[in-house]
Amino acid sequence: MSTLDIFFQQLANGLILGSFYSMVALGYTMVYGIIKLLNFAHGDIYMVGGFVGLITLSLLSPFLGAGWAGILVAMIISMILVGLLGVLIQRIAYVPMLSAPRLSILITALAVSMVLYNFVMSMTSGEYKAFPVDLGYEGLEFGNVFITYTQIILVSSTATLMLVLHFFISKTMYGKAMRAIAIDQDACRLMGINVKTIIAMTFFVGSALACAAGVMAGVYYGSIHFFMGFLIGLKAFTAAVIGGIGSIPGAVLGGLILGLLEAFGTQLPFIGSEWKDVFAFAILILLLLFKPTGLLGKTEIERM
Amino acid sequence: MLEKNKIKLNNIYALLVVVVLAMPLVANNYVLNTFSDVWFYVIVCLGLNIVVGYAGLLDLGYAAFFAVGAYTTAILTTTFDMNFWLTIPFAMLFAGISGVIIGGPTLRLRSDYLAIVTLGFGEIVRLTARNLEITGGSSGIYGIERPFFFGIEMNGSIHFYYAFLMLAFLAIFVSFRLQYSRLGRAWQYVREDEDAAEAMGINRVRVKLSAYVIGAVFGGVAGSFFAVKMTAISPETFMFTQSILILLGVVIGGMGKIPGVICGAFILVLFPEIFRFVGDMRLLAFAVIMLIIMLKRPQGLWPSRLG
Repeated sequence: MSTLDIFFQQLANGLILGSFYSMVALGYTMVYGIIKLLNFAHGDIYMVGGFVGLITLSLLSPFLGAGWAGILVAMIISMILVGLLGVLIQRIAYVPMLSAPRLSILITALAVSMVLYNFVMSMTSGEYKAFPVDLGYEGLEFGNVFITYTQIILVSSTATLMLVLHFFISKTMYGKAMRAIAIDQDACRLMGINVKTIIAMTFFVGSALACAAGVMAGVYYGSIHFFMGFLIGLKAFTAAVIGGIGSIPGAVLGGLILGLLEAFGTQLPFIGSEWKDVFAFAILILLLLFKPTGLLGKTEIERM
Repeated sequence: MLEKNKIKLNNIYALLVVVVLAMPLVANNYVLNTFSDVWFYVIVCLGLNIVVGYAGLLDLGYAAFFAVGAYTTAILTTTFDMNFWLTIPFAMLFAGISGVIIGGPTLRLRSDYLAIVTLGFGEIVRLTARNLEITGGSSGIYGIERPFFFGIEMNGSIHFYYAFLMLAFLAIFVSFRLQYSRLGRAWQYVREDEDAAEAMGINRVRVKLSAYVIGAVFGGVAGSFFAVKMTAISPETFMFTQSILILLGVVIGGMGKIPGVICGAFILVLFPEIFRFVGDMRLLAFAVIMLIIMLKRPQGLWPSRLG
């Protein structure tokens, strides 16, 4: 393969990886933007999403087959279910803690993450579960660069979901309310916005997106396991920080940048694929040192 | 009345000390090993307590410091044939340095960013240990020799029981002295209100950094003893779950309260031993308990009046 071919192949790989990161990062950034909570459990919601998708898909495949139609229906059903799970978690664990000190709510989020993670671990006895899809390996060939149809469909569906989200946030009343709450909760309450409902809705949307990413990861990699949420949670957070936490276009941009950096990073001399994760965390630490507000974030003055 | 209670409490503490010192006379190897683990977790939980409990900084990568200590001792005793006791200062030094490396640049960050950065740091240390040649790659380092203590080879459960017990006493003593020192009060001030503390002339970055370094040194020492007790270490010993387990000990008992943290370490080790029949659900039960504690008693199980 020539250098140019490697470049395009890594570009494609990076975009796919990056679109997964972006989807998960969106949930982080939305929740952070609205209630300033770093939802540690978000990576595990992605993982649970993958498993819910697996279950619905196995239930549906006798009727719809293991092709794209089945995947689409299963994904929509599991997005709704996991979105509700997100709302449930918020009601049980986060609402009572909103006035507590920062440290307590962070540890609560961590505990939620442990509950989800250990629950799935004991249910699956820690094994990899194969995703029951049959999509073949056909694809488009550009010279030596090969891109499967699965990859193309996955990237375009993440793009569609992001456009829908963008429309939801910028054009609907609910989206407007979300943006208003992120600025001033008390003023919103005075203006007659039902803050509680809107916060719950944010959790719903964020969790549903993470679930979609989880299902897509299952389709793409062919198998899922209980540990898959940990690393992607960490990296999606990195992506959200790169873009500027709280900023929705920032989360998408950050996810794509991180995915591309990782794909190209493995091609650098001295940085083999075993150093890939070290590379991503090193980027996070360096970024927080030099530009903690991220690329599209606003400088924030902490309240006294 | 209060004075009388205090005397009573001191008597109870004295009795407990006698019990733990005399325990090897009656206990079997299983009990001794379990309690060596308890003392080990007392040390690391007290170390993390300095960072999380006193200074109020959430550290999710504490196992990294413990790994640095363990690997320092393991490498120095196997590759460089160094005496175990001489490696302890190096373990402390390297753990302290890693505390500065991670703390120095990141302590200016907000608390939730700090949590994620420490988590990332913990993973970097583990992955580095897995990828480097000198740390033995993914199989780790084995055949670490047992040390001699005044001519006695430390090879029985009883030796390590006393070694970890003495270290735990030392850790408790140091924690007590630190708690009411000038630095300890500064930590608590910074934890309660950073801006007010800074206005009163406390250098918050330096104060936080010292919490990091001292906490790291606790972990480093515990790590080097851990390495010689186990005689083999591998990167998987220092997974994220290890950091979380240590944090759990601190939070369950009550952050910032020394008796509470000791209780937390006891629960951490004894709960899984007693509830062996729960099997795979053990960690799930643990996670649920932690969630309930955070929601119902965010200050931990130990009552604050006694702490």
